[in-house]
Amino acid sequence: MTAPPAKERARPSARAALRAYAAHHRRRAPGEPRAVGLLYVLPALVLYALFLLVPLGQTVWLSFLDWDGLTAASWAGFDNYRELATDPALRAPFAHALVLLFFYAVLPVALGLLLAAALSRFRVRGMTFFRTVLFLPQVLAMVVVGVAWRSILAPDGLLNDVLRAVGAGGLARSWLGDYTWALPAVGVVGTWVETGLCLVLFLAGAQRIPRELYEAARIDGAGAVREFLTVTLPGLRGEIAVALTLTIVAGLRNFDLIYITTSGGPGNATSVPAFEVYRRAFEVNEVGSAAAMGVALTALIFGLTVVVARLVEGRTS
Amino acid sequence: MSFRREEGAAGRRPFRTPDSRTPGARSARTVHARSPRTARSRTVAAVALALGTALLGAACVPGTDGSGAGPAGGGGATAVPDPAKAGKVTLTVWDQEVRGGQNAEIEQLNEEFQEKYPNVRIKRVARSFSDLKTTLKLALSGNTPPDVVQANQGYADMVAFAKAGMLTPLDDYAGLYGWNSRYPNTLLDLNRVSADGRNFGTGRLYGLSQTGEYIGVYYNKDVLDDAGVELPRTWAEFTDALPKLKKAGELPVQFGNLDKYPAIHTFGVLQDQAADSPAQIRDTILGKGGGFDNEATERAARTLADWADQGYLPDGANGTGYDDAAKKFAGGDGAFLVTGTWQLADLKKQMGGKLGFMPPPPAQADGPLRTTGGQGLAWAVTSKSRHPDVAAAYLEHLTDAHAADVMTGEGVLPAVPGKAADRVPKDSPDGQMVRAWERLNEDDGMIPYLDYTTPTLFDTLSADLQGVIEGSLSPERLRSKMQDEYAAFRAEQGEEKESADGGTDR
Repeated sequence: MTAPPAKERARPSARAALRAYAAHHRRRAPGEPRAVGLLYVLPALVLYALFLLVPLGQTVWLSFLDWDGLTAASWAGFDNYRELATDPALRAPFAHALVLLFFYAVLPVALGLLLAAALSRFRVRGMTFFRTVLFLPQVLAMVVVGVAWRSILAPDGLLNDVLRAVGAGGLARSWLGDYTWALPAVGVVGTWVETGLCLVLFLAGAQRIPRELYEAARIDGAGAVREFLTVTLPGLRGEIAVALTLTIVAGLRNFDLIYITTSGGPGNATSVPAFEVYRRAFEVNEVGSAAAMGVALTALIFGLTVVVARLVEGRTS
Repeated sequence: MSFRREEGAAGRRPFRTPDSRTPGARSARTVHARSPRTARSRTVAAVALALGTALLGAACVPGTDGSGAGPAGGGGATAVPDPAKAGKVTLTVWDQEVRGGQNAEIEQLNEEFQEKYPNVRIKRVARSFSDLKTTLKLALSGNTPPDVVQANQGYADMVAFAKAGMLTPLDDYAGLYGWNSRYPNTLLDLNRVSADGRNFGTGRLYGLSQTGEYIGVYYNKDVLDDAGVELPRTWAEFTDALPKLKKAGELPVQFGNLDKYPAIHTFGVLQDQAADSPAQIRDTILGKGGGFDNEATERAARTLADWADQGYLPDGANGTGYDDAAKKFAGGDGAFLVTGTWQLADLKKQMGGKLGFMPPPPAQADGPLRTTGGQGLAWAVTSKSRHPDVAAAYLEHLTDAHAADVMTGEGVLPAVPGKAADRVPKDSPDGQMVRAWERLNEDDGMIPYLDYTTPTLFDTLSADLQGVIEGSLSPERLRSKMQDEYAAFRAEQGEEKESADGGTDR
């Protein structure tokens, strides 16, 4: 990606001639996009605008209204946003979402790196099998995942059965019904889902890292940790950025899992913004407030992905 | 019908939006660098586009101002409509009767209606309760809404629809068809909304319910026998039976509250029993009572917390699903199950002769009954329907004496039981259910679902009751929280009313 194209260095005279020829025919600098390019993207742009930008604009518009979804709306100005900032009941879902990000993004990326480093160091028999199994949660619909975990985490579900079988019955609890443990329990499901994705991404990335770098590191006397830090980690920078972006987005717009497993309970211990948007728009007829929350969520996702792109991937524009 | 009460895990819809998981972010880097000028102009264009679309949305204020409301009394009908003379009509009907017996009963009645009036074709759209709830609002706002819809009672649905002028008042038809005398007032009132669209339980009639439902007590005869516990005949005997069952090593009351709403029903029953009179709670729910700052509310919460604490409810009830709890009860785990009549058909299928059903036992043996309950979703006629007369005739067909017998045949509890209901064996669970329903109406003991009280009480109460069961929210606190919510909503309604009346009223 970073190596300069060979032909640019070769034969400067030929390049100059080519440039003169091009300048004669077009007044535009080479490589600058031409207007006709817009025509090519027009069909996609129209679809994008119709199904994404227009609804987004409408959502922003709705967020400035006080509307029950049926009767005439009235202008609310920034009231919905002010409420979002001041009402603890509206702020809590965002706090929960940030906690979930640890389980949805940080943990899967860390676990994925660890596994990828281990797997790229040792040859494992049946690698394809393990990769498939670990990636499987990604293929399942989130609803299926939710239903399955709901029964695993039930008071007499698989998890508690296992705990009791190994003599740790004292730890057994009603995971999804416990005020302290419901959020981490839902988070662990997210970790389970996202780890496979991260692992597969990192494994693919690790295969592209030149073997020579590892050899050089080993000759220099690097151990496993040193090798990981100086070769694997920098080599996977791009993959880490992709993995973080995908998992952060998945974590923040988490709706289906909450809807299936806890409905935001117990109390409101696991309510998240996406679930709250649905609840407000469809159940309590507060469309304006729901829209404001949706806009805030969009802004949060956008902001975090930009941060990831800048800090992790190192992109500056 | 209570908010979301039918929503089991099985009925839930996948909500996952299509993923855009193409790792395109990286490839963007390899695209050759653009000149700064074009990059900036592109940004400008994107912002302009976003603003443009926002303004596009701004061109209209969404919603109606209620001017579409039909004339008071509904269409000015003066004679019993005759659909046969209506010409060729297609009646679009949206309902949520998708479960076994209910679905069969509706299909049969639809068939009969079309046979009776060959010029009428019924286009039925059946969806699950939660599907209907989330799509109905949009459908009603459109220009060609369905003719007949099933609307959920309460502020969030029926009152909001009536306020927006989307439903036709049925009072004229009620007079012509005699609906007012067919139904007990307590039931009919739940389908009424005041003319200004602010209160429900009073005012114009906007719908008819076909079925009845209430919270009762299911019991497992074998479990009671094994524990040597007699079937309780009074409420005191019922509560005394719980420690006895516990001592005998049985789970007294099966209960699963992961879905949050089941506790509202259990709490409702406890509150009904603790109340001075059914009217005390009912009036508050309908917005004309003294609120929840009373002994009954606190005592009910204390009982619920106590049941959880003493182990009369299963451990970790907040983490067990509603359907799972019913399944466990059917499998012999638990002596009692306090839930709605809608579970009867399923439980009977699984438990056969072991299953018993009774209303919550009265204070004195054979005394007046009281419980939480009401009726199925209301069948309503939309104000934009071009065939209100045919729609009204359809409502009549769905709720008349013959329809009641069809429902009984399918194991569904009709709001007004007919002759067929008398032939159901008295000591069978079905017979108990029908008899108790009739007695509840005679005794005036029906108390509507608590979540009708305010648009948001369903959410706050279901969340708070999980806290009560966990022990983290005290009964006193629940009492004051419920009262605060009630008072805030009443104040809001009063304020709105005052500004609407120019401050002359109140």
